[in-house]
Amino acid sequence: MSPQVAAETHLAIRNLTVDFDGFKAVNGVDLTLMQGRLHFLIGPNGAGKTTLVDALTGLVRSSGEAIFRGSDLLAMKSHMLVRLGVGRTFQTASVFEQLTVLQNLDIADGVHRKARGLLFARRSVSEQVERVLDTTGLAALAHRPAGVLAHGQKQWLEIGMLLVQDAKVMFLDETVAGMSGAEREHTGELLKRIVGDRTIVVIEHDMEFMRRYADFVTVMHSGTVLAEGTVAEIQADQQVQAVYLGTAMEAMAHG
Amino acid sequence: MTIAEAHAPNVEDVLDASAPQRRPSTGARLFHAYGQLIAIGVLAVVLLVWAPSSLSAFRLGTLGKYCAFALAAMGIGLAWGRGGMLVMGQGVFFGLGGYAMAMHMKLEAAGPGQVPDFMVLYGDGTMPRWWEPFRSAPFTLFAIVALPALVSFILGYAILKRRVKGAYFAILTQALAVAFSTLLIATIKQTGGFNGLNTFTTVFGHNLYDPEVKKNLYRVAAGLVIVLLVILWQLYRSRYGELLLATRDAEERIRFLGFDPASIKLVAFVFAAVSASVGGAIFVPLAGIISPSDVDASASILLIAGVALGGRSSLLGTVIGAIAVGYGRSALSERFPTQWTYFQGALFIVVILLLPSGVASTGSMFGSLVSRVRTLLPRRTVRVASSIELDHASSEVLA
Repeated sequence: MSPQVAAETHLAIRNLTVDFDGFKAVNGVDLTLMQGRLHFLIGPNGAGKTTLVDALTGLVRSSGEAIFRGSDLLAMKSHMLVRLGVGRTFQTASVFEQLTVLQNLDIADGVHRKARGLLFARRSVSEQVERVLDTTGLAALAHRPAGVLAHGQKQWLEIGMLLVQDAKVMFLDETVAGMSGAEREHTGELLKRIVGDRTIVVIEHDMEFMRRYADFVTVMHSGTVLAEGTVAEIQADQQVQAVYLGTAMEAMAHG
Repeated sequence: MTIAEAHAPNVEDVLDASAPQRRPSTGARLFHAYGQLIAIGVLAVVLLVWAPSSLSAFRLGTLGKYCAFALAAMGIGLAWGRGGMLVMGQGVFFGLGGYAMAMHMKLEAAGPGQVPDFMVLYGDGTMPRWWEPFRSAPFTLFAIVALPALVSFILGYAILKRRVKGAYFAILTQALAVAFSTLLIATIKQTGGFNGLNTFTTVFGHNLYDPEVKKNLYRVAAGLVIVLLVILWQLYRSRYGELLLATRDAEERIRFLGFDPASIKLVAFVFAAVSASVGGAIFVPLAGIISPSDVDASASILLIAGVALGGRSSLLGTVIGAIAVGYGRSALSERFPTQWTYFQGALFIVVILLLPSGVASTGSMFGSLVSRVRTLLPRRTVRVASSIELDHASSEVLA
């Protein structure tokens, strides 16, 4: 590893293993997630992508290590990870449906507030919340209950909540699944705008979306890393084509 | 490209359509913010001005007891309605406050240095050491708040940090109520057993048989209801209130916003325990007795019944529900001494079946019915109707 890469390294995952009673859903994964790029995590169903993210966000027990800002993520509880700057979304959007868009973002802003502030009603929202309303394009819907938002808007709200938290590492689990073409494009542009000095990991099945927006791709298969590289390198990789991309590549050629 | 594309609304369309309704009108917002405060004011006038001047001393005393139940009910509203924790054992905390108060009054009745009568009757006339501090009025008042806070913190910490929820949480808390009343019955020499503690003479030096003292006791009970309502009103509109609601609806999600859901729920659980305890403490001088049947599992369920009837997530609904159940219980038991429990059971079933959010929800149910009817009308009306529905949705959130 060159010194320059080491300086940029943001989250270093070494030998991460998730063992479900003998079945290794994730098996000795080494992965270096660097800041400033959209890192796509692809692979067939059951490859261990979501399990890997679950392990990194304190939802399943795992061995190995994942060092971020000098702390081992695998040893921390979920809510402490968030305070360190690690955030995630879920496959099904889980915004607070009864609260408005603004209230949802404001709750996410709570990590930056002191506990005693909880006793009072909201008088104003932080600049950060205002900025995120604009960034995500949800400003016009600020006072709508999140429950009435369209599917895509809910996902943008989730991303917005991660932005308000100022998460430096974001794991997005199948964010564009079920989105329309226009919504996918909006999402891709949004991710490009916000990536900045963040590390954004996108779990995705949509090859077209990956080809357009990925800076770097990791392919997983049966709990291990099969290949890593740019979109072009991945597409050229014989092994990847053999075990996974075969059908997807065909679809891409036709699409 | 996909089926989803065909169904998903165009992004720009959605944004445009909603742009003019960006904020609710100022009047509506003021009403959301302060409308409930006005309602609390009206209730304060009814309870503190109208009732003492219009009701007989007997009726006023019973209303005072319902106010004591209402204090416990408001705590349940916070824990269950807002926090999603079905607290089936609030009788325990009602009992902690009630017994603390009763012990003090028992010692007052016995006189300085003397021992409560039942200890002579059933025991050897010696008093357990832990009774001694309750001779002091300040200590008793302190214990009424601190004891349930401490007990509920330890219990809540153990239960909630282990992520016990739903039916398991409900059963566990109910088991506590059973255990508590069993313990009381078994310790006749220390707590009066099945008979409980009764035959008091004074409360903090005031003669309990003086009509003016009785009236003032009622005033304290009603005043506590109003004070707790105002505290909860502020709590519900605070950021904590939103956080609690969010925890109820999506606990796992809250974790990924950097909060520990167990801590958020623990605050509500402790608050609910303290309000039940305060209710129990004011119940004792008004009722003149506290016994295991006031704190056991069925007493706890009666408290829940009032909350369910009034509307568990509604602020005023819990108070009105608790008073209504208390009144219904007295009225029906006076007229049908043997069958009144059936009425109560039937009422509980009807409410859960037809009005799962309580009587307080009938307003918004009517509203959504109206808007559903309106969606059958031409398109221009549809948008108006859906905005009405939204107003209801948001007023429920802010309620």
